[in-house]
Amino acid sequence: MREELIISGRMNPMIDPQLNIWHWHIPLYLFLGGLAAGILFFAALYTIRGEEKLYPAAVKKAPFITPFILVIGLLALLLDLNNKPYFWQLYTTLRLESPMSWGAWTLMVVTPISFIWCALNIREIFPSFDWRYGWLKWLEAFFTRYKVAMSWVLLIFSVILGIYTGILFSAFNARPLWNTSILGPLFLASGLSTGAAYIMLVSRSHTERAAFSKIDIVIIGIELFLIVHMFMGFLASTQVQIEAAGLFLGGPYTAVFWVFVVFLGMILPALLEVLELRKYRVPVLIPSLLVLGGGLVFRFVIAYAGQASRWLY
Amino acid sequence: MRYAMVIDTDKCVGCSDCVVACQTENKVPVGYARDWVVEVTKGTYPHLQMELRSERCNQCENAPCVRCCPTGSSHYSAGGIVLVKPRRCIGCGACITSCPYDARFPHPKGYVDKCTFCDHRIKEGNKPACVEVCPTRCMYFGNIDDPASEVSRLLRQRRYKTLIPEAGTKPHLYFLT
Ligand code: SF4
Ligand code: SF4
Repeated sequence: MREELIISGRMNPMIDPQLNIWHWHIPLYLFLGGLAAGILFFAALYTIRGEEKLYPAAVKKAPFITPFILVIGLLALLLDLNNKPYFWQLYTTLRLESPMSWGAWTLMVVTPISFIWCALNIREIFPSFDWRYGWLKWLEAFFTRYKVAMSWVLLIFSVILGIYTGILFSAFNARPLWNTSILGPLFLASGLSTGAAYIMLVSRSHTERAAFSKIDIVIIGIELFLIVHMFMGFLASTQVQIEAAGLFLGGPYTAVFWVFVVFLGMILPALLEVLELRKYRVPVLIPSLLVLGGGLVFRFVIAYAGQASRWLY
Repeated sequence: MRYAMVIDTDKCVGCSDCVVACQTENKVPVGYARDWVVEVTKGTYPHLQMELRSERCNQCENAPCVRCCPTGSSHYSAGGIVLVKPRRCIGCGACITSCPYDARFPHPKGYVDKCTFCDHRIKEGNKPACVEVCPTRCMYFGNIDDPASEVSRLLRQRRYKTLIPEAGTKPHLYFLT
């Protein structure tokens, strides 16, 4: 038997008895960042391939939500800071060693592009809209001319945004549950999957929906593979990672992870999408909302469980 | 030069004087602590073994808290002491999450706080407050790069351990066992 007590009365709130420094802000932001990354990735991809006509929702309609969710995400991040008036210090330096630093700069690239993207498409969605001033029209023409170049930038930075949300966690060796390089690709896949789900939700074209159903099924397959792979890695690793995996294999997060994230958020919507492709009538709302809900719960579970995992000494 | 602290777990009686001395010296806000004492008991009665350890930031040589800080607020200072620049700290909590020893805490004023090895006292040629006040004199402080220093001598003569060296942090708190 081994018992460890802190006898000096160390009571650093938010750290004892369990680390609790990151609350709802961080997982919410990670979800919104991943979702925006997913949507913008597809928008850029189909613009580069010149398939705007084929995928109107992916290229034009769905990206309209991205400036809003990115701004909400940024606000959540700001609220999370303990020293809010100093937040601008983030943008006085770029530290490549710190995922939080280059992630913050990535946001400063993606967020403005998301605004420009919407501005370029606003007249198609709202035909009565007019830019009114000459210089605004000039700007619109300017960005339209360089749309493909901008799409390439967006394609690359949306991938960085999607993957950084996972790398942010995996860089912490102090939290064994997060300390796996699978987390980056897994968060990216989850972001792409939620992005595809949102595009299905707003699309009115049958072919487009079917295409994104197929994309989503493949991505969910990749996610499930990554999750199995991650647990295999944990169980073959050191005691601290075996115990971290235990949080999901019998520990307090078992039910919420396997039921809400894996079954309701991945397996069930994938099955429904397969059924739909087989010509059964499934309202698109159901698989889409399941994927989006699963993605949100996934971020929360990983954020909280990671803070509960630690080294033993 | 490389500062280090050597702590004799055989001499420590767990009185927590070091904790109170630090709180007083560094005006640590009430309810918080930069150092703490851990009592580890192994075995079942009557075969028990106990270890007492006064712990604090390990002033790691490969510090994850410095690596992950997005603003450069957490940095290495003279003698390898890891410090926080309050005016550059945005309070993001990344360093708190990154520390395997849970040595950092959010100061109510917004920035992150932790043990500084009392760098303000060292500059004046004094020892850190916890070392100075220990009634059993179980703590030693000095330059580990100097073979003639007390800390170097103790580490040559006695058996010691560091805490979770497998975390790759290269800690500089040495516990004599
Ligand atoms: S003990 Fe923690 S706070 Fe101190 S230097 Fe190491 S990682 Fe940083
Ligand atoms: S809380 Fe402050 S010291 Fe810690 S990582 Fe963030 S900015 Fe750096």
